[in-house]
Amino acid sequence: MKSLAELAEIRERMKDKIVLREGNNDIRIVVGMATCGIAAGARPVLNAFVEGVNAEGLADRVTVSQTGCIGICQYEPVVEVFQSGKDKVTYVKMTAEKAARVLKDHIKGGKVVDEYTITYAKKA
Amino acid sequence: MKELSLNILDIAENSVKAGATLVQILLAETSDTLTLTVADNGCGMTPEVLRGVTDPFYTTRTTRKVGLGLPLLKLAAEQTGGSVRLTSRYIGEDPENHGTEVVAVFHTDHIDFTPMGDVVSTILTLIQGSPEIDFLFRHQRNGSTVELDTRRLREVLGAEVPLNSFEVLQWIEEYLREQYQT
Repeated sequence: MKSLAELAEIRERMKDKIVLREGNNDIRIVVGMATCGIAAGARPVLNAFVEGVNAEGLADRVTVSQTGCIGICQYEPVVEVFQSGKDKVTYVKMTAEKAARVLKDHIKGGKVVDEYTITYAKKA
Repeated sequence: MKELSLNILDIAENSVKAGATLVQILLAETSDTLTLTVADNGCGMTPEVLRGVTDPFYTTRTTRKVGLGLPLLKLAAEQTGGSVRLTSRYIGEDPENHGTEVVAVFHTDHIDFTPMGDVVSTILTLIQGSPEIDFLFRHQRNGSTVELDTRRLREVLGAEVPLNSFEVLQWIEEYLREQYQT
């Protein structure tokens, strides 16, 4: 059984990490989680980013957060990537699989996955 | 919505936006019904807003005020022969004791009952998005109860470890899934 004692251990382990982490988050991944996003499948997309960021060891420079409806419901699930000094990238019709590729190519590799962006979707 | 757990996520987000500090998500099953209660201590709604929120065509829309979440929940409940009841105390009228309660009853033996889906994932998503808010989740079924109260976790974690730290989220997930297995 999971016990609260394990949580206390997590607390001990995290004490040092937290100080280190502050002010270091230069990439923000924001997932649209309003009714439109949720209905279109945003929950697994969010989870893929949360898990992926940690699995890839990106947690000290990437935060994953949630937002409401940004008004392009037909393109949900929508994910926006904010990075200091760069233009915002808007990914549309996301899935957990696409999220894994965005993490690998864009967040880790620095190369925007063009074919998932809203600019690309509008041209097609 | 493909899963009831997605409706729950969507409705609980309303509580988050209403500025609640505690959101209770309660599920109680009998042999042929499921009762979902989402109760918060947020700002509440005025009687006019309350009357309109389950109407998908209602809007005050100078800014977005109500959306499709409650109409979709109402549809999901009513298509099983169930119902949704809403009560709310608006902060402007009751500054001490305000909040909103949504109670939805579903007939689980009805062919149009939407399956529950992954409710653990819904709880995790809520905590990930709003680590500063407390959630009480309780699911009573077949005589057993699955429960999570983030206030208890916070007591152990203290103020410096946010509830949406990945390790804490992992712990919560295993904690809940274990309870569902027993």
